[in-house]
Amino acid sequence: MIYKNDTIAAIATGAASAGIGIIRISGENAIEVADRIFRAKNPNKRLVDTPTYQALYGEVVDGELVMDEAICLVMRAPNSYTTEDVVEVQCHGGMILLQQILQVILKNGARAAEPGEFTKRAYLGGRIDITQAESVMDMIHAKNELAARSSVRQLQGALSDKIKEIRAFVLENVAYIESALDDPENYSLDGFSKELQDKVQNTTEEVDRLLRTAEEGKMIREGIRTVILGKPNAGKSSLLNLLLGEERAIVTEIAGTTRDTLEEDVMVQGIPLKVIDTAGIHETVDTVERIGVEKAKKSLEDADLVLYIIDGSRPLDEDDSYIKSLLQDRRVIILVNKIDVEQVVDKSWITSNIQAPLIEISAVTGEGLTRFKDTLTEMFFHGKLSMNDQVYITNLRHREALSEAKDSLMRVLDSIGQGMPEDFLTIDLMAAYEQLGTILGEQLEDDLADEIFGKFCMGK
Amino acid sequence: MPQIEEHYDIVVVGAGHAGCEAALAAARMGLETIIFTVSMDSVALMPCNPNVGGSSKGHLVREIDAMGGEMGKNIDKTYIQSKMLNESKGPAVHSLRAQADKAEYSRAMRMTLQQTEHLTLRQAEVAELLAEDSGISEEGSASQKAADSGESSISQKVADSGEQKEALRGKRIIGVRTLSGGTYYAKAVILCTGVYLKARCIFGDVSNPTGPNGLQAANHLTQSLLDLGITVRRFKTGTPARIDKRSIDFSKMVEQKGDEHIVPFSFTNTEEDIQREQVSCWLTYTNETTHDIIRANIDRSPLFSGMIEGTGPRYCPSIEDKVMKFPDKDHHQVFIEPEGEYTNEMYIGGMSSSLPEDVQYAMYRSVPGLENAKIVRNAYAIEYDCIDATQLHASLEFKEHENLFAGGQINGSSGYEEAAAQGFMAGVNAARKIKGLEPVILDRSQAYVGVLIDDLVTKETFEPYRMMTSRAEYRLLLRQDNADLRLTDIGHEIGLIDDERYAAFCKKRTAIEEELARLQTVVIGAAKKNQDYLESVGSTPLKTAAALSDLIKRPELNYELIAPLDPERKPLPKDVIEQVNINLKYEGYITRQQQQVAHFKKLEKKRIPDSINYDEIQNLRKEARQKLSQIRPASVGQASRISGVSPADISVLLIYLGNS
Repeated sequence: MIYKNDTIAAIATGAASAGIGIIRISGENAIEVADRIFRAKNPNKRLVDTPTYQALYGEVVDGELVMDEAICLVMRAPNSYTTEDVVEVQCHGGMILLQQILQVILKNGARAAEPGEFTKRAYLGGRIDITQAESVMDMIHAKNELAARSSVRQLQGALSDKIKEIRAFVLENVAYIESALDDPENYSLDGFSKELQDKVQNTTEEVDRLLRTAEEGKMIREGIRTVILGKPNAGKSSLLNLLLGEERAIVTEIAGTTRDTLEEDVMVQGIPLKVIDTAGIHETVDTVERIGVEKAKKSLEDADLVLYIIDGSRPLDEDDSYIKSLLQDRRVIILVNKIDVEQVVDKSWITSNIQAPLIEISAVTGEGLTRFKDTLTEMFFHGKLSMNDQVYITNLRHREALSEAKDSLMRVLDSIGQGMPEDFLTIDLMAAYEQLGTILGEQLEDDLADEIFGKFCMGK
Repeated sequence: MPQIEEHYDIVVVGAGHAGCEAALAAARMGLETIIFTVSMDSVALMPCNPNVGGSSKGHLVREIDAMGGEMGKNIDKTYIQSKMLNESKGPAVHSLRAQADKAEYSRAMRMTLQQTEHLTLRQAEVAELLAEDSGISEEGSASQKAADSGESSISQKVADSGEQKEALRGKRIIGVRTLSGGTYYAKAVILCTGVYLKARCIFGDVSNPTGPNGLQAANHLTQSLLDLGITVRRFKTGTPARIDKRSIDFSKMVEQKGDEHIVPFSFTNTEEDIQREQVSCWLTYTNETTHDIIRANIDRSPLFSGMIEGTGPRYCPSIEDKVMKFPDKDHHQVFIEPEGEYTNEMYIGGMSSSLPEDVQYAMYRSVPGLENAKIVRNAYAIEYDCIDATQLHASLEFKEHENLFAGGQINGSSGYEEAAAQGFMAGVNAARKIKGLEPVILDRSQAYVGVLIDDLVTKETFEPYRMMTSRAEYRLLLRQDNADLRLTDIGHEIGLIDDERYAAFCKKRTAIEEELARLQTVVIGAAKKNQDYLESVGSTPLKTAAALSDLIKRPELNYELIAPLDPERKPLPKDVIEQVNINLKYEGYITRQQQQVAHFKKLEKKRIPDSINYDEIQNLRKEARQKLSQIRPASVGQASRISGVSPADISVLLIYLGNS
């Protein structure tokens, strides 16, 4: 799919930038796609009639629903970055809004760009030179690995099981049809379409359920990976509860994570955080506790942000020195907790040893929470914090794949309804199978032949 | 000692279905061709099932016929029953299958070979390939250039180490030597050795070092291939017993008749041209008794005892495989098919086996109608050497051995039709090479022939490869009914379709195009007479005026049915009407596949230069680098189909190629 010359779209601006957000669309239908989601202020103007390097002012719309004000800049082939037709949709910033607009664009005929795909097209179009191209190759690989890792991370458990189950169902039915086509004297398709209709109906509904889950955001677990770290009883869980209580956006408990770390999705002033609460860090001989400490250290590995909680009512000790060593090269916010009681902690030691903003709070009374949020927002918008956008793109692709799979299954139902012969049904069944496979990162290979020979007794 | 020494343009080794097509194509393209066979009585032999065609195989026959192949014409001459399979399904999977009179089939093909100009038949075993240094290899030595004087022979050592293989790369094949020492120089050699290389027939504890039907095996050529550094595999297949018709009780079986209206395989024939009385086949079933006999004796099967090493096909299992692998099935179909009109032998389809003779008797006799069966020939498994076809270009020429081509079962395929298709292409491409022309390479969107060859040369095959319609991504476009529309232009261009036939084809194509255009312009209104007619044929009345082409798209209607609404219509041949119907009725699906093909072609067109060094491309994953270095795909499209090469690797490759 990566090499299709179709129309692609992606958010072009980083997650951190405030002000203007840009979504870039490139490909042979870029202008038509943009035209579908954009209504110019001047009702006589349309993007499809706009000359190259001219812009229109108006609104981004999803059908009748107005989503944002925007300026759309049209760059016609070959005079664009990718050498294809390109439209840049410049709207108001805010990752969430941009993501919603991108989804509308995808719904209208573009697909989510692969990692490095704009640059790849620029290269293939002769736009950039070899040095740049080499860095693209690096990026393609780095990003693919990242995407693969993050999709595995998201797909553990129930969702991937469900998708595998649906794929198995699809493949088995295709294999039956193919066996009957190949060996019609042995396998009969009489009445098969009717049976298949009900089954595909159910499967379509299942895919639709998955899709709705995705849209509600339960599948999408993107966000800034934020690890709460500290000694036992420093107030880590209270902080988490505080964040959750205040701005509870999405709360899910991930099944299968250890009892020692707890993950929560929290929205702080529009910034999505994935907060990971960890076991208290201290030197211990207790096996169970030690496992908890190891898990906490592990979750630091891919953290975007660490919230280091210190109990202000207790003096610092060796455990704090140890935690300090864990925080090297990490983006950190220090939270001195329990300011509602008497303070004994040596703040000067902290500030001279750890390069990070220090905020005093009370997780019980909520004092200092606003300061914390402001600091967080500031870091985010000044580019000091960013989430792993790859995770988000992966999610988008999953959703797109689910949506395409659903469309394919609907076409199967359509074909059955029209009384099309069974060999036509396999076209869209196989398409659904492949689309679902992209979510699992699986390639087609010889699945079908294996299934046919494995399950059906063929031949002379 | 004086030896025979002759010179030809092309040597074809083997006169089975691949060899015959290769030799005919080459000779008809004007090249002096000699074809070797171990026995003049086994030309175009059908040693297994007595039929041609079937699902997807019928497509292959129609395709080579459209380009000037012989198989379709030969089966039209010698069929004794014909059937269009899957008629109730979509047009993409309609498949023609005909029962052949085996002896007649073989005789007719031999006669065609013997009547073809520029073609010599010779009964002899080819034992050795003659090679010289092509100059491509850096290790070339001057002494080997003496080849022209007839002194050259290839190394007799087994090239088993990588180093030796490396040294043997870059050879040019210049001819063959027969077992008796005759030397035949040629500008190209085509290997169509079928199942004869080191063949061994096995049943029970009996192992005969022969080809099918006790024919002489080719026991020497494998060594010559190994010496040239060619990778060889061992495959296995099998055939059921033949039973005396007089010992069969047909009253216990279901008669299987041929179609009343038959469709010829060859586009040069009409139904009337080849009309004849057809012979029936018969259907019966195995039962639990049969299965018990097999299970009780399974330890005596050479497959289960490990005596057979070769890999057999999963799609063509022996009856013991079926019983062991599918224990839940309490019966399997058995088709009793005549081997010809002038023989009592009946082929027992569905019950191939390598069990011992006594078990074969017991098991066949447990089947209703076969209680008193007399076996004429035993069932047996056959093992043979074949090559790893990823050593071939898509032209079927060896990548490392110039002027050496291979087609048919030697390439790891199975089936007469798969063999014929490859043989045909190998013959065409060998001839074109000698003429200094580009090879003809059909891609996966053009023909099943293209799918077949691309699969063989791209994907490593570990079992005999059989064509299936599901292997074709664009099968709605690759129908048996439009093989001529897809390929006659090519056949004409290569010189195997004469001007007369081509003119008739062009007339048909124009008629289809014109009729499709006309149907779009003829609009009928909602007049009562029209509405009444539509209702009378079970359709719904018109809401607004509609083009005839739109009416034909309705599931319940077709071109013939709307005749009363189309008084202007001129009479058209059946095959033209068929195309009009299909093109209109499945337009949506066809258009979608055409769009997919457009995407597919873009990558196929991105060629990879021969000189590419994959080790230089840093960002390729190791596995991809190894596979690409090994298979050396010709295009990025082909590269993308190699297992172990990911989309990310393809991106990297595209960028690298864009640069160099």
